[in-house]
Amino acid sequence: MTEIRIIVCAKEIPDPEAPLSDVSVDAEKMEVIVDAPQVISPFDENALEVAVQLKEEVGGKISVLSLGKKVSDTVLRKTLAAGADELILLEDDNFDKLDSHSTAAALAGAIQKIGDYDLILTGRQAGDWDSGQVGLILGEILELPCISLAREITIEDGSVVVKKSIPIGYERVKAKMPALITVSNEVGELRYISRTKMLKMMRGARSIPSWSAEDLGVTEEALQKMGIAALSSPPDMGRDCQLIEGTPDEQAEKLAEVFKALR
Amino acid sequence: MSDVLILGEVKEGSLDLKTLELLGAGKKLAGELGGKFSLLLMGDSVSGAADEALPYGPAKVYKLEHALLQGFKADLWVTSLEQACQEINPKILLMSHSFIGMELGPRLACRLNSRLTTDCIDLSIDPEDGLLLRTKPVSGGNAISVFKCQGEPQLATVRGKVFTPVETSDGSGEIVDIKADIDESIIKVASLEVVKEDIVSLDKANVVVSGGAGLGEEDGFELLEELREALSKSFGNVMIGCSRVAVDKGWISSDHQVGLTGTMISPDIYVAVGISGAIQHLVGMVQAKKIIAINTDPGCNMFKVADYGVIEDYEEIIPALIEKLEELS
Ligand SMILES: Cc1cc2nc3c(=O)[nH]c(=O)nc-3n(C[C@H](O)[C@H](O)[C@H](O)COP(=O)(O)OP(=O)(O)OC[C@H]3O[C@@H](n4cnc5c(N)ncnc54)[C@H](O)[C@@H]3O)c2cc1C
Ligand SMILES: Nc1ncnc2c1ncn2[C@@H]1O[C@H](COP(=O)(O)O)[C@@H](O)[C@H]1O
Repeated sequence: MTEIRIIVCAKEIPDPEAPLSDVSVDAEKMEVIVDAPQVISPFDENALEVAVQLKEEVGGKISVLSLGKKVSDTVLRKTLAAGADELILLEDDNFDKLDSHSTAAALAGAIQKIGDYDLILTGRQAGDWDSGQVGLILGEILELPCISLAREITIEDGSVVVKKSIPIGYERVKAKMPALITVSNEVGELRYISRTKMLKMMRGARSIPSWSAEDLGVTEEALQKMGIAALSSPPDMGRDCQLIEGTPDEQAEKLAEVFKALR
Repeated sequence: MSDVLILGEVKEGSLDLKTLELLGAGKKLAGELGGKFSLLLMGDSVSGAADEALPYGPAKVYKLEHALLQGFKADLWVTSLEQACQEINPKILLMSHSFIGMELGPRLACRLNSRLTTDCIDLSIDPEDGLLLRTKPVSGGNAISVFKCQGEPQLATVRGKVFTPVETSDGSGEIVDIKADIDESIIKVASLEVVKEDIVSLDKANVVVSGGAGLGEEDGFELLEELREALSKSFGNVMIGCSRVAVDKGWISSDHQVGLTGTMISPDIYVAVGISGAIQHLVGMVQAKKIIAINTDPGCNMFKVADYGVIEDYEEIIPALIEKLEELS
């Protein structure tokens, strides 16, 4: 089987799973402030995991693209430790708070610059703005077959076969490559990366290329902002929690009474 | 020309509930614009649903029927919808934040060079410039953002259960047939098979017993299943839910997942076992009437939104609870 070239789009975001107490909203600056480390958006890690599995099965090369005003290569080097061959940062002051279409257009610019590819994988949605658009728009811009919500991806003689989630179960679909696929968590978590491997990758002398808007051939006018008109805190969800105490047996008894009262 | 267009969805020949909610939203926006709202129905046969829609008061029900629109093939649907938008030329197009809307929305936005906001929980018209204000939870639900974007039609997908379904009114609208110019050559993604799975309809549950990473292993769900059976003796429709991590670990299928990218539910009772209460999970269950949390970590978020909390290892509590429930019933 011929080797395949996979491009994974991975966004760096503030940890979306940070405890609620570490998250606040600055309504004036219209920013969500997260007091937690930056991470790779979770579904993008899922996408990377399938990419690495495919590479193990059929051989090939994985390039990771990450776009932002400034992207931290310490966060993104994890993708190299996990099995990606190449990491390219797309950095430009004009890449701040881009709307989905502009993000996709800039990613498309980078992908065209790379030129040779069989599969483009994105997460189903990024964990910061929960938009769920960039993948499919990217597919449209590049005029590729688009497959969303993949839970399993296999390569069968030059085509890609995907199990995609649908409301009543799943659908098996097939497309010629190159194709764009948005990945859902059912594909499984990103593999465990040992500390030594991680540290080695961090300390690695390897330099990570960074491409600007100009390098990608996208003009400033093509880069539009998200258009945030206001940002506020959500309504308080808190309730007064009554703790049920005692030995496990007593707790179980009291809890059973709670259920009984709710019948 | 129609001011607000709703893309309806048809289930087993009838309008689905989300479509009635969208019509409610569309009617409100049309009122703010001083204009009209209409409905677009697509499929191989949507005549019954079109008749059903008229009494709800849309100015027009556009009926786009084509044999190739049987089942949902995104390539064909997005091209048909694009053509319909060019013909109808709406100022605003609303879709459900459903499987169909999530796929069509971004692709349509790209083709029409417009901007889409997904998963909106409120919509209104800015009186100053007449543009659509799109309110959407972001950062999992940690913040609420209002967006205003360029491009027409202004596009939004709308979350279920936030708008009140439209009521019937005069119903003097008309049904208009429109055509799609599509053929099989548009299809880039071929369907090999559709596999129906045994899917739980979590939104129909009265009680949900939900497990997360804290179960530690797949077998934990067997214990939850026993609890589910015990509770079924006292409650109707008791179902098993889970967090995303439980799905990631392969312990349970994703139709059980509660939350932002799973199912949003509001059962009478939600029992969270070994679930920390990340925001993306909370937004899916915080509307439950009563929340009971079992967790070893007194500081976990789930206790902040729960009515009752038990700080204990679930393996200690659940078997004892099952026993006590048996005694009570
Ligand atoms: C864009 C996006 C979308 C997402 N969508 C969803 C979604 O739809 N649904 C969803 O659930 N998540 C979703 N997530 C993931 C979410 O952020 C959390 O990662 C996830 O909900 C955590 O699952 P958990 O609570 O089971 O695991 P953890 O956070 O690991 O919590 C496990 C809990 O179990 C407790 N525990 C451990 N041992 C025991 C024991 N023996 N007995 C009792 N308790 C024990 C621990 O104290 C801990 O509180 C999404 C994330 C992103 C970024
Ligand atoms: N800035 C970015 N850099 C790299 N990939 C991105 C970026 N923004 C979005 N993506 C990809 O597009 C997916 C969907 O993002 P979104 O539409 O913003 O929810 C993400 O899961 C990523 O795979």
